[in-house]
Amino acid sequence: MKKRMRKRIVTDLYYALKDGSGKTRLSALIMGYGQLARKQIAKGSLYLLTELAFIAYMLFFGGRYIGHLFSGNLGTQLAGERWNEELQVFEKITGDNSFLILLYGVVSLAVVAGFLVIWAMNLKGNYENDLRIREGRALSTFAEDMRSLLDERFHITLLTLPLLGLVVFTVMPLIFMALIAFTNYDYAHMPPGKLFDWVGVKNFVEMFSFSGGGTGFAFVFLRVLVWTFIWAFFATFSNYFLGLFVALLIHRKGIRLKGFWRTLFVIVIAVPQFVTLLLMQKILDGDGILNALLGTRILWLTDQRWLSLLPRVMIILVNIWIGMPYTLLMCSGILMNIPTEYYEAATIDGAGPVRIFFKITLPYMMQVTAPYLITQFVGNINNFNVIWLLTGGGPVDNVHYGGGTQAQATDLLVTWLYRLTTDQNPRYNVASVIGIVIFVISAALSLVTYHRAAAKGEETFQ
Amino acid sequence: MSKVKKKIKLSNLLTYLLLATLGVLWLLPIGYLIYTAFRVTPSTGIINTLVPANLQLGVDNFVKLFKETAFPRWLLNTLLVSVSSCVLTTLFILMVSYALSRLRFRMRKPLINVLLVAGMFPGFMSMIAVYFILKAMGLTNSLVALVLVYSGSAALSYYICKGFFDTVPRAMEEAAIIDGANRFTVFQRFVLPLSKPIVVYTALTSFIAPWCDFIFVNTIISDREKYTVALGLYKMINAEKNSFNDNFTVFCAGALVVAAIIVTLFMSMQRYYVEGVTNGSVKG
Repeated sequence: MKKRMRKRIVTDLYYALKDGSGKTRLSALIMGYGQLARKQIAKGSLYLLTELAFIAYMLFFGGRYIGHLFSGNLGTQLAGERWNEELQVFEKITGDNSFLILLYGVVSLAVVAGFLVIWAMNLKGNYENDLRIREGRALSTFAEDMRSLLDERFHITLLTLPLLGLVVFTVMPLIFMALIAFTNYDYAHMPPGKLFDWVGVKNFVEMFSFSGGGTGFAFVFLRVLVWTFIWAFFATFSNYFLGLFVALLIHRKGIRLKGFWRTLFVIVIAVPQFVTLLLMQKILDGDGILNALLGTRILWLTDQRWLSLLPRVMIILVNIWIGMPYTLLMCSGILMNIPTEYYEAATIDGAGPVRIFFKITLPYMMQVTAPYLITQFVGNINNFNVIWLLTGGGPVDNVHYGGGTQAQATDLLVTWLYRLTTDQNPRYNVASVIGIVIFVISAALSLVTYHRAAAKGEETFQ
Repeated sequence: MSKVKKKIKLSNLLTYLLLATLGVLWLLPIGYLIYTAFRVTPSTGIINTLVPANLQLGVDNFVKLFKETAFPRWLLNTLLVSVSSCVLTTLFILMVSYALSRLRFRMRKPLINVLLVAGMFPGFMSMIAVYFILKAMGLTNSLVALVLVYSGSAALSYYICKGFFDTVPRAMEEAAIIDGANRFTVFQRFVLPLSKPIVVYTALTSFIAPWCDFIFVNTIISDREKYTVALGLYKMINAEKNSFNDNFTVFCAGALVVAAIIVTLFMSMQRYYVEGVTNGSVKG
């Protein structure tokens, strides 16, 4: 599908060059020439200006960085001073900055890509003019072009700005950070003082080889990964079943004030998460109110014994408190939509409430909410806030999590990634490897959802 | 009274009891928040007794919050950011969802795939790069940067909204197009009016987001005067180890103010929110 599309775009351009008039062909070099020669002044000059701006950008800025990007290293010249024999003075040298070379290199590549799109539009526009002239039709005026942006080409109007935002603030930074995984950018290689460079797949090898021993990266990574999955499993299903349970309680026939009960729980959703989580952190603190009430001194969130079991359990419990209302909301919405005929038929057949729940309600809910459960699971794998605000990833456990890895006992992959980039001794390269791993996991799980959704057309609830 | 009725009555009673217990459990921490916000701290600053002998209640914390901290400033910042990002984000999401749901163009399928893939990376993996891009634009330490960052990734959350547009019947639009209306008119006159629930849902979620985020703010903004409430309050009790006891009651007061704003907004729009949650989640 995609391949065919690419082919079509390329053949379009090929025909434009092969079959187009001289004006069209010249426009491939001097953008907008064809339009200007055909008196489409506004359009032509816009294209021409774009080309000039692009050339200026590449000459004075982008070209250098793209050159650097493909030169095989990320800069060699450190900033400093050099003795000038002739003038007998120290000259300041502005050194290379690996970070900026990589960043501006990626930015410049994006600019080139954007320019190519406009160049293709310019060529195609010219070729269309050729065709129109051959068929004896009038060329489109500027006003007509503008009008078509609200009609046949409305998608361009709608998509340009949002996608521009996406490219600048998501796609480009992501490509940049993914590239960092292949460099040695860490606290020992911080530009401009020190430079960093490509190291190939060394970071991946370090992350996944067990030679580092029990506290080396591979084991620590496994520990964090296992905990991430355990957490995601419990966080997803505890919320789901408790939410369903409470929704069923409220949904029961004969229970009054249904709206009131729902609102009671929904208040928790409405209070911003960072508030409730910080509050919980303070309630569960060693000096917090819970210990004061119980007369104990239990370290709810920092007890290290049994592989920090207590903090882990507390995190999941607090998460139930935070997250159950969401499932409650969703489940009560769906429960109201279960066709009553199912229940009537079951009651006539003499099924009891337990049987009805397991034979009708639960299968129906599972069927309808399966995609929700998977997205929820992925969401929990990346659930930064709950862990960060409750324990900050801690407690610190140097026995099982080697010092150099900077991981802590309740860290998820995401919180570990965050610590690696914000610590006083940051290791951006390792963080970037983890980011790629998270991406692979999310992608695999989303693929499952996608396939389910695709197969769903044939499935019907029974 | 028959046996069956008695049984039903009993089980209803049990249900009420269970619901009430759970309800209390869920509201207790919030009750504690409100209580602490109105509690005048004794001079020692120790807070770990629920009802001390010399308990005093009052609005001192709120006075302190508005007089001695930069909270009013943070509140204003957050309001500015969330209003502008709400407008931009909602517009962007509507535009992208409509284009992907209704319009057919060459790059549609590849675009959907790109959005899917980009959405799978954890957002703050790219935070450092975003920071430097903003720095190159001369935008660090400015609220504009926050608005740009929040609404810049809006296109990624098109899914729920597209799901809604997919269900809006097309008959009327097709008729309008045959009558010569252009696609913009169709969007604005036929689709938007039918989409009130999803517009409100999108606006509500994007308005609330800046009130809750502290991670991006923490990276982009270092000037205390430019904090949003979330970061301000976060720093208030997490900046130094011993700031807990000194600032906790003031933090609670601030948290209560923020919570009150969001709860009010939320409750008034609850109907739409529920519709959005149910709609979006069921379609995945």
